[in-house]
Amino acid sequence: MDQFAVKVFVRLRPSVLDPAGEATKSASIKLGAQGIKSLRIGKMIEVKIEGNGEKEVREKIDLLCDRLFANTVIEDYEYSLEKL
Amino acid sequence: MDNFTVGIVVFPGSNCDRDVSWALEGCLDIRTKYLWHESSDLSDVDAIVIPGGFSYGDYLRCGAIARFSPLINALDEFVKSGKRVLGICNGFQILTESGFLPGALVANKNLNFICDDVELDIVSSKGGWFNYLDEKQTIKLPIAHGEGRYHCDSDTFKKLVDNELIALRYKNNPNGSAFDIAGITNEKGNVLGLMPHPERACDEMIGGTDGLFTLKSLISK
Repeated sequence: MDQFAVKVFVRLRPSVLDPAGEATKSASIKLGAQGIKSLRIGKMIEVKIEGNGEKEVREKIDLLCDRLFANTVIEDYEYSLEKL
Repeated sequence: MDNFTVGIVVFPGSNCDRDVSWALEGCLDIRTKYLWHESSDLSDVDAIVIPGGFSYGDYLRCGAIARFSPLINALDEFVKSGKRVLGICNGFQILTESGFLPGALVANKNLNFICDDVELDIVSSKGGWFNYLDEKQTIKLPIAHGEGRYHCDSDTFKKLVDNELIALRYKNNPNGSAFDIAGITNEKGNVLGLMPHPERACDEMIGGTDGLFTLKSLISK
């Protein structure tokens, strides 16, 4: 069995308004940060998982992302995978 | 209809289950039964209410974890049989997460948790959940949510309109919902999800009775 460290990034789709991102952008500007054009907040999920090779682990992570980690009506996801 | 029983689903974090029971039993004399989310036996209930609250603490997304409970898995068969399912607030979020209703519910546009009475236009008669034939086309119900902004893409919206699936629209959209949508049904009409709380508008003593008809319609065929 191989073990992998996976980082999944879940983001609201560009067409979905992100009010928390807007509020944070507004606070960033109040802090004095210049030049912020856009600020959107997502989630990062870290998973340690084992399986027989990268292909099998990717299949598991695809299922998790598609069915649980993200709601694809409103969110997109991507992930990176590192063999431990 | 003497033995008609409405099942009220209870998740860890549900907090409107007792309100729904009070409204059904106390105001409408309809028998109820609490259904713990780990049960998948729906054989002795004739309709189901998924009440409001914060199932699983709204972890990940509202309704995302509840979707995987044994009870929600058993719901597919129940819905296919034509029996009625009403999802209120968090119940609506669970019904969209689990694919019984299209779209999704996301954080309110202004990020506030809104607790207020809202005026709603009755848009569709589908499923007979609202007193459509009455001259009254507008009702007033309370809302209480932080994540009630309905979102769907334009293709889904077209499908909702073409099939008359939009049940309720806000008169003064409080949360930024797409197309002012406050409640929708499935195509068959036996599943209704809505953000407002009909169970909190069942007695004049607490501000109105506009929710009675919707709860009463749980026992209609």
